[in-house]
Amino acid sequence: MALSFLDKKHSIAPPGYSRWLIPPAALCVHLCIGQAYAFSVFNLPMTKLLGITQSTPDDWKLTDLGWIFSLGIFFLGVSAALLGRWVEEGGPRQAMFTAALCWSGGFVLSAIGVYIHNLWVIYFGYGILGGFGLGIGYISPVSTLIKWFPDRPGMATGMAIMGFGGGAMIASPLSVWLMSVFSTPTHIGVAKTFVVLGLIYAFFMLVGSAIVRVPAPGWKPEGYVPPKQAGKLITVNDVYVYQALKTPQFWLIWWVLCLNVTAGIGVLGQASAMSQEMFPGRVTAVAAGGFVGLLSLFNMAGRFFWASTSDLIGRKNTYFVFFVLGFVLYALVPYFGGHGNLPLFILCFLIIISMYGGGFSTVPAYLKDMFGTRYVGAIHGWLITAWSAAGVFGPVLVNYIRQYQIDSGVPKAQAYNVTMYIMAGLLVIGFIANFLIRAVDDRHHMALETVDEAVGVA
Amino acid sequence: MSSDNDGGGTTTLELALAWGFVGIPLLWGVYGTLVNALKLFQ
Repeated sequence: MALSFLDKKHSIAPPGYSRWLIPPAALCVHLCIGQAYAFSVFNLPMTKLLGITQSTPDDWKLTDLGWIFSLGIFFLGVSAALLGRWVEEGGPRQAMFTAALCWSGGFVLSAIGVYIHNLWVIYFGYGILGGFGLGIGYISPVSTLIKWFPDRPGMATGMAIMGFGGGAMIASPLSVWLMSVFSTPTHIGVAKTFVVLGLIYAFFMLVGSAIVRVPAPGWKPEGYVPPKQAGKLITVNDVYVYQALKTPQFWLIWWVLCLNVTAGIGVLGQASAMSQEMFPGRVTAVAAGGFVGLLSLFNMAGRFFWASTSDLIGRKNTYFVFFVLGFVLYALVPYFGGHGNLPLFILCFLIIISMYGGGFSTVPAYLKDMFGTRYVGAIHGWLITAWSAAGVFGPVLVNYIRQYQIDSGVPKAQAYNVTMYIMAGLLVIGFIANFLIRAVDDRHHMALETVDEAVGVA
Repeated sequence: MSSDNDGGGTTTLELALAWGFVGIPLLWGVYGTLVNALKLFQ
């Protein structure tokens, strides 16, 4: 078959293949799909596609455009959950290849949507097709990295998921530059920018797909001795993906991720306005932009730092740090805001946002510890729904509570205080959920013959 | 089976090319973000 080179069996690493080629392969995908966080740079230009210099009544509204990103994130969760098992059993090359087609195809369809000025085409292109590219691409390298780095699974997945945080840093200036290059007096340059981005992303992701390999059966790193017995919270067995969904451990980790992300995502979206309103006259719009940039850097760095740290102190302890330190920092933010202490206010949020990123990157290794390596990618896919849920909870909590405070006569500078205390409260619930996590009961483990049957080798 | 994957089949050049392929765009993005972030302190 023409596409047989995509099969798992055709991507088994030959002897001497360096495992250090796998993180760049994963980054090829994650750096591209990380563009999703930079989609907002297109929002304003897309409200002026017809009017060019200003919006006309027939131009799209910001509220309509907001659905593009929301659909993308929604279908990220849907595809990661539904296609996780297919990704796991088909191997990373097939998944990365498919993700490349969906993601770049989504951009090309969106370019057509801009060209014919039909928003539904963009909803389908970027939102649904691109969303599938996001979901498949996000989970595609996870279990492969864990299998190549059994000695440092947190660090390995941290490197890839760091790329998702870094993707927006590349996409945002690149998109602005491309639009300026393609802009003419009669066109704003969005359609051509989408086409070029689609081609660039297809190239990068296909290179990643070509590089990636799965380790040969029985391979292990030099000097690594796999544990023969399960640790307190590290299993040596595997749990089938749909069996994992029946365990309390899965749902406790679901809440751990959801609450950690909820606490961070609301702040990330409101950081610019919050810093200006809590420090009126001291933080200008330009400085607030710098604050958002700094948060992005710590979000990215935290993904690598905390996931690597989890290899040393354990996943459960890492989340304990997130919840305890996060609680203290959220509780301190109103104090520093009230006392006008800008440096400590910034420091609090930089640490908080590093732990937000760390929550994403540490969770694949947490799942591997609890459910084994065989279906960790598929189980991770289902867990991504916690992110989708948090994407709704977080911003809604921050926005509505702030508005309620302002409507109740609270000064803008203090309107975020209650939100901060509520976020701290959410982290207490996350702490409890993390505390309740115990090793998975033996009855959920796969028997050897079940393992073979599930992967079709029986 | 056990192998030292830091040598053998994969050359240093291949590793450098692979890491450069993703590292250069990432560093460019980080640099731009850092320059933007410095506005907070101006």
